[in-house]
Amino acid sequence: MPTLTSSPPTAPPRRTGPGPSPSPRRARRPRAGLGSRTAVNGVLLLMSFYMLMPVTWLLLAATKDNGDLFGRPGFLLGDFNLFANLADLFAYHDGVFGRWLANSALYSVVGSAASTLLCLAAGYAFDKYAFAGREKLYGFVLLGLLVPSTVISLPIYLLASKAGLIDTYWAVLIPALANPFGVYLSRVFSDGYVPAETLEAARMDGAGELRIFFSIALPMMRPAFMTVFLFSFTGSWNNFFLPLVMLNDHQLYPVGLGLFTWNANLSQYPEQYALLVTGSLVSVLPLVLAFVCLQRYWRSGLTAGAVK
Amino acid sequence: MASRLSTSAGATARRGQRGAAALLIGPFLLLFLVTLVAPIGYAAYLSLFREQSSGLGFGGTETVFSGLGNYVRAATNPSFQEGFLHIALYCAVYIPVMIGGALVLALLIDSAAARAKRFFQLAAFLPHAVPGMIAAIIWVFLYTPGLSPVHQALNLFGAEADFLGPDAILFSMVNAAAWQWIGYNMVIFYAALQAIPRETLEAATVDGAGGLRTAWAVKLPMIRSSVVLTTLFTSIGAIQLFTEPETFRAHTAGLSADWSPTMFIYQAAFSQHDFGLAAAASLLLALLGVVLSFVVTKLGNRWKEA
Repeated sequence: MPTLTSSPPTAPPRRTGPGPSPSPRRARRPRAGLGSRTAVNGVLLLMSFYMLMPVTWLLLAATKDNGDLFGRPGFLLGDFNLFANLADLFAYHDGVFGRWLANSALYSVVGSAASTLLCLAAGYAFDKYAFAGREKLYGFVLLGLLVPSTVISLPIYLLASKAGLIDTYWAVLIPALANPFGVYLSRVFSDGYVPAETLEAARMDGAGELRIFFSIALPMMRPAFMTVFLFSFTGSWNNFFLPLVMLNDHQLYPVGLGLFTWNANLSQYPEQYALLVTGSLVSVLPLVLAFVCLQRYWRSGLTAGAVK
Repeated sequence: MASRLSTSAGATARRGQRGAAALLIGPFLLLFLVTLVAPIGYAAYLSLFREQSSGLGFGGTETVFSGLGNYVRAATNPSFQEGFLHIALYCAVYIPVMIGGALVLALLIDSAAARAKRFFQLAAFLPHAVPGMIAAIIWVFLYTPGLSPVHQALNLFGAEADFLGPDAILFSMVNAAAWQWIGYNMVIFYAALQAIPRETLEAATVDGAGGLRTAWAVKLPMIRSSVVLTTLFTSIGAIQLFTEPETFRAHTAGLSADWSPTMFIYQAAFSQHDFGLAAAASLLLALLGVVLSFVVTKLGNRWKEA
């Protein structure tokens, strides 16, 4: 891993990082009184409890059967039925839940990989090439960040239905590809990770511009790829309105939309509570794990967003 | 980010670079135009026509030009008007809670007194990994009596609460949405706080400013562009409120199917197939977004000058 990745490219290195590493600042910083230390950390502990409680409860609730969910509410433990719940979940309606998970993975992984590549190419070009109207075009792209997605969902639905794409994977994949925030991040990262001198040297050696992008710049922007991919991945895993509009066929649903239909029918089928609880947990865990493991990447993405 | 072209590069090289720039931006730009720009134009076009359905499905509709008729119909529709009232109330609670909460948390984690900064950041950010719809479902569970540890805890003190009742439902939705987004905005603020030059903070300490005063008088003004930008995106998101009320609707009597403007648009388009009305209503909502962006930016600029 290149050493560059240890700090985000845009954050000026005031501190070495918030971690336990002994930074020079720690030694010199003003000593806080015991009272304020207790107050600050007390508030932060309360905040952590608020933030972590819902998913912790979900984890416990997924171990209970329908009777225990209501019979032993809250953080009380019931009989351990996690595996039975999982088996029920994946067996329900001929394993439609597994199908939804696979769909979500497809929408998120394939869609985000394609979207990230497009954004990196565009962000790199905006950063490295001077052309007439560059900043105007870039500003126009960034304006896209302000467009409410609900405004375009109806026309996009009508366009997709004219193109015969309703109820296909394409209807969910294509509209999510163009991501202005990804272009913004890519431009920032291209500025930070790809030195102009390296490109000049490659040009001297006679490499073509596209070859320079694919075999020199792209590998240098690998951390940027991870960051943009992660944001794009969360975006599509979260996307609810677009599939809701585009899909009627349950077999094509992403997991969020599938669970939404279970939720909407809960009053008619109360026995689905355990299914919904377990399904929610299973659909949340991959992302939570990804965020814990890939902390460096979302941190640097949000840092790039902050230091405008 | 000024021009990086070396002056020695010849005209041919420059032309090659222009071609490469077009090839690299082209695919993104094409999709951007097709999936973002064209739909806005199409919505504007649709809003000028009224689709009169003479039968079932798409084949049987005839399109009649109606000028601004759809805008008048949308603007005078009582449920649409109420929808704007609802999100006005929602924003009045949500935006201060979100921005204030995220700021306080960021300043607390940035303060000299805080320990375990990395853990607190991660804990605050984790809810953002939970998809909005699932977050809404989880909070519905936590609001459901007999299921929830919150009710259980309240019962210990002999208290009761009806989180899904008509009076509380707005706050319950604010809570679900804030839970998901506070950490995200907090990390943005924290990153901006990290970029404040250390000398500035040391100068404040030397001048005898305590932690609270430094936070209020030094740190906060220095990250105001992050605060303004985040407020802008929070507002744009909040006026599109859809996921939470749509999910909560199955569990409460307090929410109608067209409770928020976006729900109204969704109903108009996909239940009533009144595309003209839906398009006009969605452009009115977008107009509100433009006005809000303008107001937030103006207020932000005034803050900068102050």
